[in-house]
Amino acid sequence: MSDPTTAAALHGVMAEFKTADELIAATRKAREAGYSRMDGYSPYPVGEVADELGFPRSEIGAVMFLGGVCGATVGLLMQTWIAVYDYPISVAGKPFWSWPQFIPITWALLVLTACLSGLFGLLVLCGLPQPYHPVFNVPQFQRATKDRFFLCVEAIDPQFEVGKVTAFLNGLQPESVAEVPE
Amino acid sequence: MATATETAPSAAPGAAGVYPPHPEGLIGGSYDTVTLGDKIADVVIGDQPTPKAWWGWFLFGFALLQALVLGLAYLFYAGVGVWGINQPVAWGLAIVNFVWWIGIGHAGTLISAILLLMHQKWRTSINRFAEAMTLFAVMCAGLFPLIHMGRPWLAYWLFPVPVNFAAWPQPRSPLMWDAFAVSTYFTVSLVFWYVGLIPDLAYLRDNARNRLQRGVYGLLSLGWRGSAYHWRRYEKLYLLLAGLGTPLVFSVHTIVSFDFAVAIVPLWHATIFPPFFVAGAVFSGFAMVVWLAVPLRHYYGMKDLITARHLELCAKVMITTGLLVTWGYFLEVWMAWYSHSQREWSATMQRMWSGPYWWSYWALLLTNSVIPQLLWIKRVRTNELLLFVIAGSVHIGMWFERYVIVITLTRDDIPGAWGRYAPTIWDYAAMIGSIGLFVTLFCLFLRYLPMISITEMREFLPFKQGGRDGHSCMENAK
Repeated sequence: MSDPTTAAALHGVMAEFKTADELIAATRKAREAGYSRMDGYSPYPVGEVADELGFPRSEIGAVMFLGGVCGATVGLLMQTWIAVYDYPISVAGKPFWSWPQFIPITWALLVLTACLSGLFGLLVLCGLPQPYHPVFNVPQFQRATKDRFFLCVEAIDPQFEVGKVTAFLNGLQPESVAEVPE
Repeated sequence: MATATETAPSAAPGAAGVYPPHPEGLIGGSYDTVTLGDKIADVVIGDQPTPKAWWGWFLFGFALLQALVLGLAYLFYAGVGVWGINQPVAWGLAIVNFVWWIGIGHAGTLISAILLLMHQKWRTSINRFAEAMTLFAVMCAGLFPLIHMGRPWLAYWLFPVPVNFAAWPQPRSPLMWDAFAVSTYFTVSLVFWYVGLIPDLAYLRDNARNRLQRGVYGLLSLGWRGSAYHWRRYEKLYLLLAGLGTPLVFSVHTIVSFDFAVAIVPLWHATIFPPFFVAGAVFSGFAMVVWLAVPLRHYYGMKDLITARHLELCAKVMITTGLLVTWGYFLEVWMAWYSHSQREWSATMQRMWSGPYWWSYWALLLTNSVIPQLLWIKRVRTNELLLFVIAGSVHIGMWFERYVIVITLTRDDIPGAWGRYAPTIWDYAAMIGSIGLFVTLFCLFLRYLPMISITEMREFLPFKQGGRDGHSCMENAK
């Protein structure tokens, strides 16, 4: 362990690559080298990187499913309450619980709640909004939304040692390697 | 600060490059990820000067918007009696415009959601502004039921708010369905649009030219940093929103058609209405996409991104849906005749022949069914001007379609119940004003947000140009 009074706290060490394929290959090699706490950054989605990082499936599907089921249930119960119990009106001799006519609103609420739970699920699971993140300290990272691909081995990785990680990442022929201050 | 160990400096991928033409003709020029982003974002961050035509369109729209302001001010002061509505036509232009606008909106969802599910790569360069079109069209649409209420400050009565007089809205009524369908549609369209915008906003934040831009785009981008974990969730969300949006767009216009079809009125009470309305919605929406795409190509030099191929594909969707609505017109008459229902048949004859508005039926057939047949010819489909004119014809035709349906009410079974309907200047003020609202909002959108999705276009680029050759979104959304 380095002396905390002399060395700045590190978030990790980050390598910069020119293409998505290089990032995929680098992530695979880093995983094979035993690193587990990493993140890849790309200007557009590259699903293979998440596969290599060991995140084969997101939680969004389950979140939206649950949200949709809740919305549909509440919607149907709400209309039942209104039309059968609290304010029953005979319309054209139909039964009070004329459920087929409740389907449009049930469906609309299913879609609405599934959609909103997906949006808020994304934000909560990703920890957004998060205006500050250590990776933004690296000047090269400005191109992460443009044309460059980054792999960051994080300091919380059990195998993390600055020198070794830097040497390892340099061995992957990156454009640059940078320490990411916390 | 970071200690950077620079290795060999390198040029951007393909910076030297002239690339072969795209195999499907969906992108021209020789773009790579950098030049593509610059091309789209320069409009927004100010490197490309605002075209003079933008000011023309913006001022035009803003001037028309004043008609809405004046029209609504007088409407709220005097009440809906200033409109031409009365018995027997109690809805008039308000519902004509409502259905017309919401139909226009549907093409945006179709492009962004259905074409995504169908792996249609050509959606990529038109989905952003088509979704913006959807949002603004739904805003214009939602306006009309509100102002038609007479007392719009009581609009919350449409929703089941537990209020102190113990009455609830009627969940068996299409009016309550409408309130839920349209508000859900607006919300889902907004979420879909905004989720698609987040990575682009992050790009604008990182390439802002001044503090204000960085601040605003930074706030809106929520600190997006393109993490692989985030992308995985993002893509799944995007795919599922498309999966929800697809049935939603059908259900919304089905419910809009229920406004008519649930009423027991000859020629309205028909099972043909939902599919017929949905086809008409897509028809008019693609006409609006053409109307927006042609000026973008022209004034913003987007011909490489929105190519002749895109316009041709839009034209093909237009002819397909145009034939579907024509089939609907045929079926309406056929069912009236074949049903041997005297009421249906007399209403049909009033509509086509002996009623006072017979001309509007034939105007509808001319503009919606006859003129679009020109799109069978490839030279017409690839000619911007002709395509623009035909799309205009569709706008007129789809407006008349709803007009013809609404004024069916002027000829009931009993001649004593007959009446006439004539919109007043205040009807037209609201209608023209809603066009102004749409044009104004769309101009502001062009000025402040990327009109084409930078992120998706980069992913769409062929591998050699730095992209992933299209929709990895579909394969990698897990």
